[in-house]
Amino acid sequence: MNAREKEEYLREYSILKNQGKSFFPYAVAKDGTMAAITMLVIIVMTLVLGAELGPKADATTTSFVPRPEWYFFFLFELLRVIKPPELTVLATVMVPTLWLVLLLLLPFFDRGPERHPLRRPIATLAGIATIAGMTYLTVIGALAGSPTEIVLQARGQEDGKLATASAGCLGCHRIGENGNEIGPELTDVGSRLPRQAIARTLLNPTAPMPTYQELQQKDPEKFQDIVDFLASLK
Amino acid sequence: MKLPIPPLPKALRPKPPRPGSRPAPNGSQANGAVRDLRPGAADGDGGGPSRGSGSTIPREQLREKALEVPIGIAGWLDERSGASPFARAFLYRKTPRGNNWAYTLGSATMFAFVAQAVTGVFLAMYYNPAPADAYESIARISNEVFLGEFVRGMHRWGATVMVVLIFLHMARTFFYGAYKYPRELNWLIGVVLLVLTLAMSLTGYLLPFDQRGFWATVVAVNINASGPIIGPYLADFLRGGAEFNATTLSRFYAIHMLLVPGLIAALIGAHLYLVAKLGITAPPWLKAEKDKALSRDEI
Ligand code: HEM
Repeated sequence: MNAREKEEYLREYSILKNQGKSFFPYAVAKDGTMAAITMLVIIVMTLVLGAELGPKADATTTSFVPRPEWYFFFLFELLRVIKPPELTVLATVMVPTLWLVLLLLLPFFDRGPERHPLRRPIATLAGIATIAGMTYLTVIGALAGSPTEIVLQARGQEDGKLATASAGCLGCHRIGENGNEIGPELTDVGSRLPRQAIARTLLNPTAPMPTYQELQQKDPEKFQDIVDFLASLK
Repeated sequence: MKLPIPPLPKALRPKPPRPGSRPAPNGSQANGAVRDLRPGAADGDGGGPSRGSGSTIPREQLREKALEVPIGIAGWLDERSGASPFARAFLYRKTPRGNNWAYTLGSATMFAFVAQAVTGVFLAMYYNPAPADAYESIARISNEVFLGEFVRGMHRWGATVMVVLIFLHMARTFFYGAYKYPRELNWLIGVVLLVLTLAMSLTGYLLPFDQRGFWATVVAVNINASGPIIGPYLADFLRGGAEFNATTLSRFYAIHMLLVPGLIAALIGAHLYLVAKLGITAPPWLKAEKDKALSRDEI
């Protein structure tokens, strides 16, 4: 907008404003009604949907599939749409950041004087496309499983947890909130036993615990992962 | 409680006598005429004409002083803070023609935020952000505390409602072109408010310390860490270290209930100040048919 258009807008606006009603009580009445509706919706949702509390957090679980709040589904769904691992960063960070920057800068690149949505077709279409895209991603995100397992495993930190879970330790031992209590608890085994002692126990256990010698020979890396993970439990 | 009498607009205030001019023959009458414009000031005032001479002026002034002594709490506050002109300017400002229900979405968002603040305070009275007790304290709130489960539910669903409302409000300002001159700054503040609101939701999700919240947060922080340049630092800041650890939870708690809500409250203040100062946009399809009085003024 150039100076003349600004002047024109301000003049036009001041006329429309002068023809309007005062904020109090007219707008306040509407706002108050809306606030009451908002309150009502919150209360009804609370009574109908409740406030469940899932099982307690457990850092050693590997099978749990995390879900974000539903209004983040569209972000998580981007992960599934943009598949190749080397593009993951694009999905997780770049696209949302770019979108945010565009949003921030909107008033600086869309500076025309026109405000009517039908006479700014590009802005209006872009807005509708964004809403449609987000709705679409939210819906398929709600219907599909979580894409977050991919992320967890791709990050490589969870190897030991995975190996421990697949080795079946939890069948007899308790780690955190999970597992059985046949053998001693392993939640803080790392503080009781040094790394070598853990490895030794895995190779020469006391009955009835099975030995993991075979695993060590076939897949030494996985064995090492288990030892590392257990040693880190403090 | 009696509201303070509004001060007279400048144009109507009695002018101080010009130096050298004759004292008004009946000053009190002039005063009285002006006085009558003010509600509640008419009774018993302006009974002056019978007195007339110069000696009554101090008495009149005394009477004026006495009338201005504000009555009640609002008056007491106003006399000391001078807030009433601001309150009046805020409440009696005009909103343009064509105001519709879509204009209530911003204030509804604010209402949802206030509701979150209130329910949040009550939750904070019972919540304990220690990894060993966080889950248990939430369970206590749900099972033992009077109305605890209800307040938790209100906080939980209030968050959803606030997020929905903020997106709707943003859509309204977007399609109405309300981000254009002179309201660009308000749009910027709005986008920051949007990010902060989503940050509230993200940090709050961990606090019950259940499986869902925990793993979703691990993933979210990992995603943060994969971002370029500031990503890893942000993730370390959130976790309080390179790994999830005992201080992570209290960090999220501090961010969730002090840092971010403080910023949001301050920015809502700035947002509203700008709304009041610049005025609400008129619906973009309204055109001002030339106001006759105004175009005559222009000529
Ligand atoms: C905590 C969140 C927010 C609160 C409490 C809030 C509150 C308000 C209120 C009460 C108004 C007055 C007009 C109306 O209600 O429509 C307003 C106007 C406005 N808001 Fe927000 N808002 C928030 C977030 C946002 C966001 C996310 C944006 C956009 C990115 C935004 C952009 C604007 C603009 C441009 C106006 C001026 C609209 C006009 O003059 O017609 N706000 N806001």
